[in-house]
Amino acid sequence: MFETLRQSLKIGVVTTSYPDTPAEVSRRARGKPEIDWANWRDARPAAAVCPTGAIECRDEAGTLAATRTATLDLGKCIFCGLCADVDPAIRMTPQCELAARSRQGLRHTAQYALNDNGTHQRLLATPPAAASAEALAAAGRELQTRIQSLLGRSLHIREVDAGSCNGCEVEIHGLNSPVYDLERFGIHFVASPRHADMLLVTGPVTRNMELALRKTYAATPDPRLVVAVGACGCSGGIFGVNYATRGAVDAVIPVDVYIPGCPPNPHALLHGILLAIGRLSPYASSPTAAPKSGRALFQNPAPPQD
Amino acid sequence: MNLLPALRSLLDELTHRFGAQFEDAHAPQPNELYLPVQAELAGALCSTFYKKHQGRLAGVFAEDARGGHQVFFVYHLYALDAIHAFVLVRVPVPAHQAELVSLTDAVPAANWQEREIQDLFGIQLVGHPNPRRCVLHDDWPEVFPLRKDFDLHSVLPPFAGPRHKFREVEGEGVFQVPVGPVHAGIIEPGHFLFSVAGEPVLYLQLRMFYVHKGIEKLFESLPIPHGVRLAESISGDSGFAHATAFCHAIERAAGVAPPPRARALRTLCLELERLANHIADFGAICTDVAFVTAQMHAMRLKERVLRVNEELTGNRLLRGMAGLGGVRFDFDPGQIRLLAELADDLERQCQDLVGLMRSNAGLRDRLETTGVLTPKVARDLGVVGIAGRASGFDHDLRRDFPDDFYDQVQFTVPVFTEGDVYHRVEVRREEIFQSFAILRQVLARLPAGPITAEVGEVPPDRVALGYVEGWRGEIFHWIHTAPGNRLTRCKVKDPSLQNWPALSEAIMGNIIPDFPVVNKSFNLSYAGTDR
Repeated sequence: MFETLRQSLKIGVVTTSYPDTPAEVSRRARGKPEIDWANWRDARPAAAVCPTGAIECRDEAGTLAATRTATLDLGKCIFCGLCADVDPAIRMTPQCELAARSRQGLRHTAQYALNDNGTHQRLLATPPAAASAEALAAAGRELQTRIQSLLGRSLHIREVDAGSCNGCEVEIHGLNSPVYDLERFGIHFVASPRHADMLLVTGPVTRNMELALRKTYAATPDPRLVVAVGACGCSGGIFGVNYATRGAVDAVIPVDVYIPGCPPNPHALLHGILLAIGRLSPYASSPTAAPKSGRALFQNPAPPQD
Repeated sequence: MNLLPALRSLLDELTHRFGAQFEDAHAPQPNELYLPVQAELAGALCSTFYKKHQGRLAGVFAEDARGGHQVFFVYHLYALDAIHAFVLVRVPVPAHQAELVSLTDAVPAANWQEREIQDLFGIQLVGHPNPRRCVLHDDWPEVFPLRKDFDLHSVLPPFAGPRHKFREVEGEGVFQVPVGPVHAGIIEPGHFLFSVAGEPVLYLQLRMFYVHKGIEKLFESLPIPHGVRLAESISGDSGFAHATAFCHAIERAAGVAPPPRARALRTLCLELERLANHIADFGAICTDVAFVTAQMHAMRLKERVLRVNEELTGNRLLRGMAGLGGVRFDFDPGQIRLLAELADDLERQCQDLVGLMRSNAGLRDRLETTGVLTPKVARDLGVVGIAGRASGFDHDLRRDFPDDFYDQVQFTVPVFTEGDVYHRVEVRREEIFQSFAILRQVLARLPAGPITAEVGEVPPDRVALGYVEGWRGEIFHWIHTAPGNRLTRCKVKDPSLQNWPALSEAIMGNIIPDFPVVNKSFNLSYAGTDR
């Protein structure tokens, strides 16, 4: 008993103050790939080495000139950085807080004029995620108010592994560690879907787990939130859709928030969970863009920054 | 044929005993002998390896060779630990009569693997004591996914047919407790059906393969470089070990040797993976007997390792680090210093953690004599890794089949015969401190130079075995290459596949409340088993 106390006192507090302070990730960590869209001259080498099809290009003949649509899909990305190895226009950044409320919000697309030799030339359009930013922001505010009034400040999560490699589970476990300490937000993991407000689902959903996932969803009382975790949960990831898997979680049950990553680190998970329950501003590019006190997190969100 | 002397004399002995039936024998590596034989000889060879050469059946798998040879091939992979060699017996199974005599009655270790062959290839294993489906659950249609005429992207009709009928245990006061596939904790899915009378468990039926993702079929559709990333995703907590086993196999097939520095960095990463998982298991085992303080310390220490992993490789679980011909990221002097500091500081903290665990008499009371797996049962089931070493099986691929940098470091392999939860913790404890010693030895002699060797297009029709002692136990990847830098077959063998049946044996007579800690002491991978 004395030994137990002595050690605990010796160590002291190890809990991070995220999200009040920035995510404690290494500058070497591979998070979001940044593409220099304006100067990207050829998407093909990156698309060829991408193991999950997160970078894709589609060429169209067009009436006036041939065009190429290049897509970076963070929902498919496993953050291996192979694209950055072959393409100087791509740079891996440590940015890990990538959760989005819609699958579309994880896709970045640009359209280029296509040259004869297969490279591309001019950026024609970047259909920005901000196209319907105002509508999205309004919907977000409404949802946030609704969720907050329903769930208050406490949240119970049921984790469902619907086919994952267990990598996401390793990091989800980390949320319970004293370093991330999910309980400081009043958020707990519970043993039964019947006690849960949120399902945290990792994928891809296998054929053998599909029924179990549907039943778990049905057993979760309304109102309920579903968060899809990891590249496989968001899109099927490297496994995609095949005879044994259905792919993304949203192919089987409706999803509210998508957390990219392979696996997402505990910061990214925390960011996604807080985003789902409206405790983070969904408008700021990062919750740490404007530091807030812990208490401010529970109040109404700041108006959109951009 | 370039063969290890011991393997050469083995081949001579077999030729003497069975006559000239081994003329097609070939050895792509000096320690890897292929014996193509007729099916009739398979049983006799099995018995010879077991009885005369302390061999063991480390893997059973099949391959659809109807395209070139008009047959399926079934391979029996024997590990002859004493002479540090592998023998792969290859048996043809005619396409028109897909049947082979089962080895399971003689070697229970083959049980699940033979059933898997039945499910995935449609080869009947004649005489199998329990030939029911395992990988494809009962309500799947009649398909054989690993046959070449089955398309990876086949859209199968909805589930139909009878649901699984569990074995019945009868008697006065016997009742059954179903658990899963969605468990209470944050763990992978599987179904456990306990039959109990009062508190003690009479029988535990395991039903797995809920997370079967068609990985082996998927390997056949990918260019080889993409296979490395898929291998990382076989079993999340052993990503680097699986990817390295895959890379070993490809490098052998390509005839490429990774440079010394790459081997050293691989060894460092493998030990980091072992450390993170062993420390986490310490904590999880303590939690399951309600000693949560130790769990909190363990999680804190594990987080340290993961953060160092991120600093070294850009990913907390070492994803993206493995690469064909070596590793993808070099360590600069600052990173090496960081790793050296981790080894010193974490070792002290692990000693504190062990001290804390030892100071708790209740912990020892709960762990000792709980979940006993006797050496006899362990040997019959071919139990490997931590659980094997806690039940008297003195083996470790790092020592017996050294690869990477393991032939240049000194370490001991802890072996106990008690086979209870306590000794599975003891194996981990010793291995943690051996890992620190290995880290230090590698850092002290870290070779300079490149971290990768060029692996071009891999020639077709080559076979190779890749193997790594992951933190959980031995991992095998067996590959057969195809034209166009692809694979026609990639067999993945995670130690969990071998060890799951042992859990049923270990829990018998224990009480259900002890199941979590017994289960955690094995800590088997569902994803690695189900693939």
